[in-house]
Amino acid sequence: MDDKKIASILDKYDRDTGQLVPILQDIQDEENYLPKEALVQVGLGLGISLSQVYSVATFFKAFSMKPRGRHLINVCMGTACHVRGAERVLEKIERDIGIEAGDSTDDGRFSLETVNCVGACALGPIVIVDGDYAGQMRTDKVGKMLKKYE
Amino acid sequence: MKLKSPADLEALTKSINDKRDPNKPYISICSGTGCHAYGCESITDALKEEVTKQGADVEVRTTGCHGFCERGPLVVVHPKGIFYQQVKIEDVPEIISETMLKGNVVEKLLYVNPGTEEKLIHESDVPFYAKQQRLIFGNNGHIDPTSIEDYIALGGYAALSKALSSMKPQQIIDEVTKSGLRGRGGGGFPTGRKWQSTRDAESEDGVRYVICNADEGDPGAYMDRSLVEGNPHSILEGMVIGAYAIGANQGYIYIRHEYPLAVVNVKKAIEQAEEYGLLGDNILGTGFSFSITIVKGGGAFVCGESTALMASLEGKPGDPRAKYIHTSEKGLWDKPTNLNNVETWANVPWIIDKGADWYSKIGTDGSKGTKVFSLVGKINNTGLVEVPMGIRLKEIIYDIGGGIPEGKKFKAVQTGGPSGGCIPESLLDLPVDFDELDKVGSMMGSGGMIVMDETNCMVDIAKYFIALLVGESCGKCVPCREGLKRILEILTAITEGRGKDGDIETLERLCSTLYDSALCALGGTAPNPVMTTLKYFRDEYDAHIKDKKCPAGVCKELITYSIDEEACTGCQRCVKECPTEAIASQGKKEPVSLDPAKCIKCGSCYDVCKFNAVVVR
Repeated sequence: MDDKKIASILDKYDRDTGQLVPILQDIQDEENYLPKEALVQVGLGLGISLSQVYSVATFFKAFSMKPRGRHLINVCMGTACHVRGAERVLEKIERDIGIEAGDSTDDGRFSLETVNCVGACALGPIVIVDGDYAGQMRTDKVGKMLKKYE
Repeated sequence: MKLKSPADLEALTKSINDKRDPNKPYISICSGTGCHAYGCESITDALKEEVTKQGADVEVRTTGCHGFCERGPLVVVHPKGIFYQQVKIEDVPEIISETMLKGNVVEKLLYVNPGTEEKLIHESDVPFYAKQQRLIFGNNGHIDPTSIEDYIALGGYAALSKALSSMKPQQIIDEVTKSGLRGRGGGGFPTGRKWQSTRDAESEDGVRYVICNADEGDPGAYMDRSLVEGNPHSILEGMVIGAYAIGANQGYIYIRHEYPLAVVNVKKAIEQAEEYGLLGDNILGTGFSFSITIVKGGGAFVCGESTALMASLEGKPGDPRAKYIHTSEKGLWDKPTNLNNVETWANVPWIIDKGADWYSKIGTDGSKGTKVFSLVGKINNTGLVEVPMGIRLKEIIYDIGGGIPEGKKFKAVQTGGPSGGCIPESLLDLPVDFDELDKVGSMMGSGGMIVMDETNCMVDIAKYFIALLVGESCGKCVPCREGLKRILEILTAITEGRGKDGDIETLERLCSTLYDSALCALGGTAPNPVMTTLKYFRDEYDAHIKDKKCPAGVCKELITYSIDEEACTGCQRCVKECPTEAIASQGKKEPVSLDPAKCIKCGSCYDVCKFNAVVVR
């Protein structure tokens, strides 16, 4: 990510330190993760230490310090999904794509993450792939769902 | 159009309503996140297309969440209130040709009352809605959240106008205090008292802040999401009134990034309110100025805690701090700060508009008004319900929620998220309010109500919440960082058959240390799921520890899968699904065989079997 692009994101938020989380979110939207160089630039641009930027970037679940796959799978592990068997669905996805939650596949196709609740509990268990909600998931529906994302 | 005085607002309200014929039919389609996931967008497009094609003079209005998520996509035909559920694209032409043009009801789309098999025509007849008292959510089904005029037409911003033009700040605080409103985010602190102390706190430069906490983190709770998505102006109106009363000119809405639609809708609402002079400089020409900034959260549960949220707003990690100095004195950037939850703010216009005396008639002695709950889990009618405080748990679960699916037996209802507890069947007569829930060891929390049936293991549920909190603990104080981990280790051992005598006593000791010594509410209430399950479901713990059995059939290490040969039709579906070839075919139409040595207990066969032939014990 070039410095100019980062500068324009910082300017969008008036270089306000209070907007550090949204700034990092914008960078991640562009880059798919938070590259180290970008964090350095953000620290310089806001006049805060790199360690403060880093501590925020690693504190929040939404940020990834590693490049992510082309498709982001989020498995909802909220209570409503849990009591309806979300764990089994997550394990099935882990078996099918051969990685654990928090990792990305070697071919760069998928990243797998969990989220505590997406607030669509009527549809639980829910899996969200690239922002699309797949509701009432069961282990036998996982294969078909994954096929849609190359 | 900038409104320059309260009279301008009144004139605008009148002119919008003059243009609108109250008898003109319109179709309201639920566009909340649940219905979105069901595909309501394509149904909306189809409805609009069909209206044009058939030449019907009808408005198609996409609204916020109607609440009955179980039955989405939901379509309601107003003004009659005809209620269609589980609408599919192919039903759309008939809705227009029959209902809109001929006035007939499309019977196949009606809700069938499970008890009587009667088809119910009107939304208000459906038991799910009939027992609710909808104030905060009342307008969700009528307004397009992206239209400020829809909100104004229904009397929106009238309370703001009244407050700014005819009430002194202290009068507003007195009214809110008198109403008995308590914080809806979970703590239940009296809102009026919080406002008073923020107003009274010293600020050298006079700067004060108000914050709307929309970082709804309790898993299983989504009322704030639906409110921000469906009626964002009601929250803004509450915030402006509060800011005027407290003496703040800057406000923040801290909202979860997992709620993209809510962010879009509230952003749009802020722009519109500024354009109409209801937010920003010199609001309604009264000289009061107030602006609101949106900040998206980064997915940390602890940021729902007020001091952690404020740290995050300052660009720091969301670490809470000890509250020997209240945030009302030193909060954001060390200035007096008042933080309230989404639902609390949305109550404010009602109190100002209708008066504290009217408001305090709703609810119980100690808890006034209504509360929105998200009724989820093992329940027939999943959705958002708004009920007066004091309603009994069983009314919510059975009358509104329609009971437990598949004829299974109720086991527990969990309230208050990871800070709450599990309430057993023997307490279903409990009136729901802040104090009663506290008494039984649970809490109101933000209003999640997760129903569990006989197939849910209570030790597993306790483990689930503690595991969640271990991941979300900020790590600043030792009792929470280390204590929760030890609790999780013990619970894990119990669910894996390694439980031993003395475990329960150790759990109790760890829990009481956490109660007494954790820095913030996350740690201080974390023992609740463990303590309530120990109190009400001790026999399940004993079964795990002594008999090495999981009675609900959940804990993997303590269960086995087998095939009921009588029930198995030999359809072979499970053979294909089994990832470890533990299930083998014995020939067509013959029951399959299962090799326990190869079985990894993944549940794939159980999920796919249509004949209940997979037995978990």
